Amino acid sequence: MSATTTPTAVFRAADITKIYQMGEVQVHALRGVSMQLFENEFVVLLGASGSGKSTLLNILGGLDSPTSGSVHYLDHDLTASDDAQLTRYRRKNVGFVFQFYNLIPSLTARENVELITEIADSPMQALDALEIVGLGERANHFPAQLSGGEQQRVAIARAIAKNPKVLLCDEPTGALDVHTGIIVLQAIARINRELGTTTAVITHNAEIAKMADRVISLSDGQISGVQCNDDRWEASQLKW
Amino acid sequence: MLKLDRKLLRDLYQLRGQAIAIGLVIAAGVAVFVMSMCSYRSLESSKNQFYEQFLFADVFSSSGRSPNALRARLQEIPGVAAVETRLVYDVLLDVPGMTEPATARLISIPDTGQSRLNQVYIARGRMIDPLRTGEVVVSEVFADAHGFVPGDQVRAIINGRSQALSIVGIALSPEYVIQVQPGSIMPDDKRFGIIWISENDLEAAFDMAGAFNSVAIRLAYGNQVDETITALDRLLKPFGSVGAYTRDEQLSHQFLSDELAQLRGMAVMAPVIFLGVAAFLLNIAISRIIGQQREQIATLKAFGYSNFEIGAHYLNLVLVISVTGTLIGMLLGFWMGANMMGMYAEFYKFPSLDFRPDWMAVALSFVMTSTVSLLGTLFSVRSAVRLPPAEAMRPEPPPSYRPSWIERLLPQRSLTPEIRMVLRNITRKPFKALLSVTGISMAVAVMILGNFSLDAMDYMMDFQFRLAQRQDLSVSFVEPATESVIHEVQQLHGVLESETIRSIATRIRYQNRSRRIGIMGLQPDAQLYRLLDANENVIRVPEFGIMLNSKLAKLLGATIGDLVVVEVLEDKRPTLMLEVSGIVEEYTGVNAYMNKGQLHKALLESNVATGAFLKVDPNRIESVFSELEQRPGVGSVTIKDAAMKTFQKTVAENLMVMRSFIVLFAGVIAVGVVYNTARITLSERSRDFATMRVMGFSYGEVSIVLLGEIILFTIAAIPVGWLIGYGLAGALTSSLDTENYRIPLVINRGTFVMAALVVVSATILSAGIVQRRVGELDLIGVLKTRE
Repeated sequence: MSATTTPTAVFRAADITKIYQMGEVQVHALRGVSMQLFENEFVVLLGASGSGKSTLLNILGGLDSPTSGSVHYLDHDLTASDDAQLTRYRRKNVGFVFQFYNLIPSLTARENVELITEIADSPMQALDALEIVGLGERANHFPAQLSGGEQQRVAIARAIAKNPKVLLCDEPTGALDVHTGIIVLQAIARINRELGTTTAVITHNAEIAKMADRVISLSDGQISGVQCNDDRWEASQLKW
Repeated sequence: MLKLDRKLLRDLYQLRGQAIAIGLVIAAGVAVFVMSMCSYRSLESSKNQFYEQFLFADVFSSSGRSPNALRARLQEIPGVAAVETRLVYDVLLDVPGMTEPATARLISIPDTGQSRLNQVYIARGRMIDPLRTGEVVVSEVFADAHGFVPGDQVRAIINGRSQALSIVGIALSPEYVIQVQPGSIMPDDKRFGIIWISENDLEAAFDMAGAFNSVAIRLAYGNQVDETITALDRLLKPFGSVGAYTRDEQLSHQFLSDELAQLRGMAVMAPVIFLGVAAFLLNIAISRIIGQQREQIATLKAFGYSNFEIGAHYLNLVLVISVTGTLIGMLLGFWMGANMMGMYAEFYKFPSLDFRPDWMAVALSFVMTSTVSLLGTLFSVRSAVRLPPAEAMRPEPPPSYRPSWIERLLPQRSLTPEIRMVLRNITRKPFKALLSVTGISMAVAVMILGNFSLDAMDYMMDFQFRLAQRQDLSVSFVEPATESVIHEVQQLHGVLESETIRSIATRIRYQNRSRRIGIMGLQPDAQLYRLLDANENVIRVPEFGIMLNSKLAKLLGATIGDLVVVEVLEDKRPTLMLEVSGIVEEYTGVNAYMNKGQLHKALLESNVATGAFLKVDPNRIESVFSELEQRPGVGSVTIKDAAMKTFQKTVAENLMVMRSFIVLFAGVIAVGVVYNTARITLSERSRDFATMRVMGFSYGEVSIVLLGEIILFTIAAIPVGWLIGYGLAGALTSSLDTENYRIPLVINRGTFVMAALVVVSATILSAGIVQRRVGELDLIGVLKTRE
């Protein structure tokens, strides 16, 4: 999606840092990151493991707060929001896809989606969401009865079912083989294209970056480069 | 159904083993609570109804021959609502085919055909016709014990003459809801009964026309009992009253009150123990499930579920377990309560004794179990929902372990890596270990608490009836018997040894406390009725002073060396100042003892006796008994063995039922704690275990790591449980410490061993169930995916 007029910035992050305690070790995950994400945009956050990209995504999604710096979603100051406000923000606006799918194992595919549609303002039908990711026929299967790729697509259906403004995907193909990974990426691209959902995908796989409007590279907790793609590749063209 | 609720049900299914174990612990506690409360309510309401409808008196007194003219003056005592004067005599019955003596208490029925107070409820047959001679109504338990039905005849030795009485009815009375012979500690249906007979018959038989020897008074509402008693005593004193007493000292009422107090005690203790254990179990189970669902929680939060919704979800899970447990407990409690009522119905006779569900208690159970369960899990749920989702999403950092201090104390060579793992796991969470040990020890304690009563009863029987009282027969005389009567009794063929006693009714005072008691004068060298101290040493009856039993000493607050005032309530009614010269251990009654000779001197009388203890040739007991029965001066005869056997039979029957429940409940606690602890160790460390198996550790070696912890906990819990059990038994004995009887705190070694065995078995059983899962570990699967 190429920008013709001045696009609206959905996210504005300014100079954010994040330090956290991991067991007995202190981790500097982000060291002063400033960036913006625009409406309808498909952005890939590229970086090696430990580069801070997951932390950045978590902060954008309201799962975590920066140690310093500010993050705005439209005109909401996420850094000034308390837990209840962040919860409301996530409930209304954000769809998440995680590397390890994070489905509730005791619920079927359809129930996993319904779990979210039950609390959303104007959701789509759970079955429709599953149809979008091509899993309408597997709706009554439990996670343990689905392959990894299928589970991830259920997770995507779950993420989009509430019609979120933004879709944040943390290594969505990280646990999948190439073939399945591509099917999953196709689903994500389709949602960005057809529903116009602002999408950020985290990956360490440079190949996937070719799908994006914009690629933001991170290393060692800092942005090391931003690159715009003039033409986006289809997921089916990717190889790794 | 909301999807979150569906998840709840499926989680519950996953958790079913633990949920059942916890639910059962809750059910056990609720069952005992509901059983006690319902029994309490049923018994109390039957009691109140009976007391009200049949006008149970408030104050009682007996005297010698008192003129009927006095009745009007009694009626005038302020606060008196109704007065009943009557004749009461204990007589021996001559029951065909019964070698042991039976005593009947004859109570007069006035010409009107019904008493004014302590009215008789006719269960079968009819009331006597007061104008016909020789008709009687017999108390139900006594009639049932002998198979008497209306139309039968029974012979009584009334004032020395054998007389035929025709039974026309079978009855109950609020005065004898439970029929216990004075001086006895348990009802003996065969040997003590109540017989109602017309006033005319009794007047004629005992030459008491125009007189009474017993008074019952009902007070107007809200009156000062003490003043009424004082006035009553003043009026009756000239006629040989031994002092009025209230319901508190009325035997049947005392037994009922003790029973009610006991039920209330049980209703307090059971929830404390069982719900305490359940709260702990829920806490560890829920903490674990939350730990396992860390990422699920994070996901829910990522999608906008609020802390409240997620918290409520887990608390609902807790509530489902506790509410289900409570429901089961309620039904079990009802069932146990209904059985309890059946048991009570054998001892306590009411026109109706129905089991009534106590819905307040049920409501309270739900409130209690829900509150306790929620409190037990609130903190782990709260910390889980507060965890920022990003942090929850990251895998848990490896738990930090340290070499445990125990390792340093043990020889290094004995410490295999498996044992080190076990020790470090325990010392990493010392509080949880402490709670597990406490939980298992509660099972041990409950076992001890449930079983020690048999030990205590055995000890009490042995102490009271073998060490202290060594007679075969005890005889009481209607009037103080003179030397010649005593001599006659001693000369009966078959009597080997005999000792006489002199009992008097007194009021004993020390400082501002007083008690109506009987003082027994004993021969100084008494061998058949011995006084013992707490260590079973025989105390020789000293020449001077008075000896109190420990309960009386405690009631009065008097001890050795104190001076007590004894007002004799018979004959010349002297008041004596006596020094407490000894404290006697006894487990029944409130008694005091003096040297018989000294007592005679104080009463200014010759050598008389109110009773005698006899040691009899075992082959001649029956003939001695029938000889005694025919003597006019003999009021009652008790065969000690018969009394003991009845007692033991009754106690054993009742305790067996309770005992099986307690063993079951102790097992429930033990299995609950052990199964949960082991199950949680397994789930927390299944990755470790699978890794070990992959690396080539054997099934047995892995099992050591899994079960080592629980084995150590059980070993530690046994002595702790013994101590707690001893403490609880002590608390129970002191709560059951009544004037009628005390339960000594005696616990046999066998009971300790038994408690340990039951808990060890429960441990082996539940450990076995969990250990089987080690074999089912999916070695590859566990290692492949993140938890």
